[in-house]
Amino acid sequence: MTVHPPMLACTDLTVHYDNRSALRSVNVAIRGGEVTALLGPNGAGKSTLLKVLSGMISPSHGSATFEGAPLTGPHASITYVPQRSDVDWKFPISVLECTLLGLIRSRSRWAPFSRSDKEAAMAALHNVGMDHLAHAQIDALSGGQQQRVFLARALMNQGKALLLDEPFTGVDVPTQEMLVAILGRLKDSGTAIVYATHDLAQAAQTADHAILINGEVIADGPPSFVFTEDNLAKTFGGAIVSIESLRAVAR
Amino acid sequence: MINWLTEPWQFTFMQHAFLAILLVGVIAGAIGVFVILRGLSFLGDALSHAVFPGVVITFILGGNVVIGAMIAAIIISILIGAVSQSDRIKNDTAIGVLFAGSFALGVALMSLQSGYVRDLNSFLFGSILGVSRSDLWLTGAVGVIVLGLILIFRREITLISFDRVFARSAGLNLWLYDQLFLVLLAMAIVISLQMVGNVLVLAMLVTPAATARLLTDSLRRMVVLSSCIGAISGLIGLYISYYQGVPSGAAIVLTATVIFGLTFLFAPRTGAIFTRVRYRMHRDHPEDDLDVLPDQPAS
Ligand SMILES: Nc1ncnc2c1ncn2[C@@H]1O[C@H](COP(=O)(O)OP(=O)(O)OP(=O)(O)O)[C@@H](O)[C@H]1O
Ligand SMILES: [Mg+2]
Repeated sequence: MTVHPPMLACTDLTVHYDNRSALRSVNVAIRGGEVTALLGPNGAGKSTLLKVLSGMISPSHGSATFEGAPLTGPHASITYVPQRSDVDWKFPISVLECTLLGLIRSRSRWAPFSRSDKEAAMAALHNVGMDHLAHAQIDALSGGQQQRVFLARALMNQGKALLLDEPFTGVDVPTQEMLVAILGRLKDSGTAIVYATHDLAQAAQTADHAILINGEVIADGPPSFVFTEDNLAKTFGGAIVSIESLRAVAR
Repeated sequence: MINWLTEPWQFTFMQHAFLAILLVGVIAGAIGVFVILRGLSFLGDALSHAVFPGVVITFILGGNVVIGAMIAAIIISILIGAVSQSDRIKNDTAIGVLFAGSFALGVALMSLQSGYVRDLNSFLFGSILGVSRSDLWLTGAVGVIVLGLILIFRREITLISFDRVFARSAGLNLWLYDQLFLVLLAMAIVISLQMVGNVLVLAMLVTPAATARLLTDSLRRMVVLSSCIGAISGLIGLYISYYQGVPSGAAIVLTATVIFGLTFLFAPRTGAIFTRVRYRMHRDHPEDDLDVLPDQPAS
């Protein structure tokens, strides 16, 4: 495996909300061609870190960089896939229209989406096995199908980094496998992939790099290396999983 | 019948009123779609009250009342944005505080004037008599601006309405687009005020859009339908107002409400009666596969 220099990094990063800190002195480096899993309990700051790395939140202290340059705002090469609960699913929009909105940054507002844009959207939907539902309303989808559409919308951009907030939560096994396969393909093409999750086993199986956080970084490295009883207890506040079973799935 | 339809048109003031209400119906109907989808009815109601001091001040100083209201609306929407920046004050609280305060200021200013009651009445309930030629031009200009900007920023307005996190990650400035939306909403409200009055203006935004929502799942069609329903309600309402002497606002809003009620009961697919019948048929004959939901995905 070739080793890439860090694509996304943050140094001494602190984020406050309402005078309360969500992240304290966080240092992480994320490489292209790797899948990084961000693990932590509810409220650990996973979403916050992903938002900083995508340029949506500017840190109270410290800095984030993309390809060595400071990240001052959302970047065209960084694609973000929100947590499903962030979206108003009752909104009247079809799967295809939603997917096309992935192009909002790169297409002129003066023209409708072109035929080739629509074909690209259908191809992206085909990639995630959702082309047969292209004309369905988003509120008619199951949770797993919604996640697939999000991924299709993200695939509309040829980004260099893909950040996903809890893509595996509430998703059935076939959808998980499909997500893993697609993330694997993107990774092989050099994309940096970061996802947030609560699922240790999932991370152990699919990530090259795991970051345990709970307000601050508890441990950072290959999953087999960071998933120790001690680290997990510090992150999740108690022994909640059998380490042996995790060791078994981790390479 | 023809006479009945054409009679009001021989008066210039009625011609103005008809043209104005058609424009207002279309404009309020279009922006109303986003008001209901984003759950901003309270904001709409608040803005319609908050413009009151602007109306009164231009009335006192002389000048076009619509422009005064517009300036007030823009100031208020910026203030609402500013106050709700505070972490401790929720958006709807900021709206409540500012709209009540502003309305009170308007009432106080107006009470200093003679002719107070008559003018207050027309502000509250609308008056079709006073639509001047310049009001019409202004309404037309507002229409071009509001519909034009909705069209130009259709993708942004759509995305900030249903997936704000992705919108932000795609580089949209949410604050700016929210502010733009507020200003468009304020403009639509102000031009509606003269026709339907401040108490009922909310209905011009909400009722046609809600009716359209019952009829379609496509945003584009929803905007077109809502505009048409707004315009038709306005037209029918004005006839009722003219012949029955009902205040124009009440007549227009009642018409829109009746259209909503009929749609609610009888709409294909979503109507209460249809849903009920389908449920019964399915209960009694579950073996019949009723494929009546063309927009739903086949499972
Ligand atoms: N917009 C906000 N305003 C105020 N506090 C916030 C905001 N967003 C997050 N927080 C706080 O910051 C902390 C970290 O939140 P964050 O959403 O990053 O956690 P998370 O790890 O993604 O949690 P979850 O697993 O529940 O998604 C929490 O304590 C949360 O209450
Ligand atoms: Mg989260």
